[in-house]
Amino acid sequence: MTTTTYREALRAGLREALQRDERVFLMGEDIGRYGGCYAVTLGLLEEFGPERVRDTPLSESAFVGAGIGAALGGMRPIVEIMTVNFSLLALDQIVNNAATLCYMSGGQCNVPLVIRMTTGAGRQLAAQHSHSLEGWYAHVPGLRLLAPATIPDARGMLWPALCDPDPVIIFEHGSLYNVEGEVDDDAGGAVPLTGAAVVRPGSDVTLIAYGGTLRTALAAADTLAGDGVDAEVLDLRSLRPLDTDSFVSSVTRTHRAVVVDEGWRSGSLSAEVASRIMEHAFWDLDAPVARVCSAEVPMPYAKHLEDEALPQADDVVRAVHELGA
Amino acid sequence: MSPVRRTGRPVGEAEREGAAVPAPPGEDPEHLRGLLRAMLRVRRFEERCVELYSSSQIRGFLHLAIGEEACAVGVMDVLGPEDAVVATYREHGHALARGMSMRSAMAELEGKVEGCSRGRGGSMHLFDLTTRLFGGNAIVGGGLPLAVGLALADHLQHRNRVTACFFGDGAVAEGEFHESMNLAALWHLPVLFCCENNLYGMGTAIELAESETDLSLKAAAYRVPAWEVDGMDVVAVRRAAAGAVEAVRCGGGPHFLELRTYRFRAHSMYDPDRYRDKAEVERWKERDPIPALARMLQGAGELDDAAYEQMEAEVSAEVEDAVAGAEEGTLEPVEDLERFVTSERGEGAA
Repeated sequence: MTTTTYREALRAGLREALQRDERVFLMGEDIGRYGGCYAVTLGLLEEFGPERVRDTPLSESAFVGAGIGAALGGMRPIVEIMTVNFSLLALDQIVNNAATLCYMSGGQCNVPLVIRMTTGAGRQLAAQHSHSLEGWYAHVPGLRLLAPATIPDARGMLWPALCDPDPVIIFEHGSLYNVEGEVDDDAGGAVPLTGAAVVRPGSDVTLIAYGGTLRTALAAADTLAGDGVDAEVLDLRSLRPLDTDSFVSSVTRTHRAVVVDEGWRSGSLSAEVASRIMEHAFWDLDAPVARVCSAEVPMPYAKHLEDEALPQADDVVRAVHELGA
Repeated sequence: MSPVRRTGRPVGEAEREGAAVPAPPGEDPEHLRGLLRAMLRVRRFEERCVELYSSSQIRGFLHLAIGEEACAVGVMDVLGPEDAVVATYREHGHALARGMSMRSAMAELEGKVEGCSRGRGGSMHLFDLTTRLFGGNAIVGGGLPLAVGLALADHLQHRNRVTACFFGDGAVAEGEFHESMNLAALWHLPVLFCCENNLYGMGTAIELAESETDLSLKAAAYRVPAWEVDGMDVVAVRRAAAGAVEAVRCGGGPHFLELRTYRFRAHSMYDPDRYRDKAEVERWKERDPIPALARMLQGAGELDDAAYEQMEAEVSAEVEDAVAGAEEGTLEPVEDLERFVTSERGEGAA
């Protein structure tokens, strides 16, 4: 086992992909000479050269669309978009092309493209760099969405994502890049893409989280343990497709559920998860499914306001107690 | 001040470097008769589509390229089988000229599983990877980034291929046009941008949509060599495309053809065509590319009436065979509704 950071784990995954497959190349804004706006790609230009680590102009639609075209042409592009907010400039290409070409062509085309983007708040970057729009993308058939919340997933999700013949979006929560953890060097990295993970087993309530909110849920579980509540924490890992069986099975055992989602509550992933629990585990519930989400405001800059807007561990603890656990 | 130029002459980079369009081979009578036949196939196919639309066998949006046939036919004639094509929602002509069978296209328009896209795409989304036709794209401008990416794949894999990307004058107002031109030029990628300028983006005249209506100047701003071409003259289109494709294939980076053309019919079957002067439409019909080429061949003694009638009869038989095929075609079982949301293939399409 080696101690590493989330950022370094991502970089190790990228390096491995570039080494393993000549068709893999990286493309995005400031990923080369600058080293990546979050320094994930630092050093890869020097190691692999400018043909395979390509700095692009500020043209999200063109370089994401070029990634789709290059994938159609037999390459395995990894496109980096600086933040999920900027990905909206490429939404046409992602939704109207990447997600539809296979279906619209009757199965002739497929788009083996990986898009990485930073998501989430917590760094006082205000309302155009902080949102969690995973739920929007999760609405779209034809896309696979991954949210690595742990170091092993940061290290291991990329290669299997590249092996998927269809487009995959990897959401990296911006608060995680400096987080340290352990990764198994011998495992070679790869992790399964499907399947949620029970990160902490428990019997009284299921806390369902993903990406940046996994740490929030784990912190809440620690506090709850002191209160005598044994919380199970489940990391969704894959946001589309959702592993319904995992969270339904957990809730069937614990009889209570709190979904922790940094997205806005209305029309969110948390709404989807809660609906599926109603559909599949209604008679096993001892209390309504609760949700802890971001306040429905554009993310504010001031620290105290941003903290107030985001799901905090205390909010999760309070929600659990309100369920009678 | 605008650079001085004439039809068929380069503007921008190529002009500064003194390049000229070489006169290519392929203009012998037999070849020209082939071009005439290719345009007739598109024309008669689309005329039949109108009838089938009226009888509800074709539904959805149906955009006809009647009047614009010389553009697709002239460009496709100079592409090789390894080259790629990205087209728009007005792409029946591109698909047929690229080599898609009329049966496959007509079955698609009738929503049958025998259609090129298994009835999943319809008129606006004709795909045929066997001829490297990467679709009709129905988002204006949305195909340009794809074409840049296909060319990037060729560049990275050291393949000497060209990607021809068709779009209309309306797309020039989209950000994706400008982003794609810039990226292709910046990375020196083998894309042939073919702008079919029919003077209207749906119902909005180009003067009401573009601050600069001379579209080749926009290409020149990205240092992309550009040609203004008479899109009603298939020989002129072919000649310009041959020169441009050769330049792209020889490592000259992206090139741009502005094909000045006109659609004789409305934007789609839903369009009452209120925004055009009927006299304008009639003036353009005088320049119909099909009779123009037929007259030229007849004048040169290379096409007698019997031969022309025979060509018409053969095309008509092909159209009727395609209609019969489509009507005998089968509907995809509804159990297959969710097939191809994700791929059943394991690998990228190379």
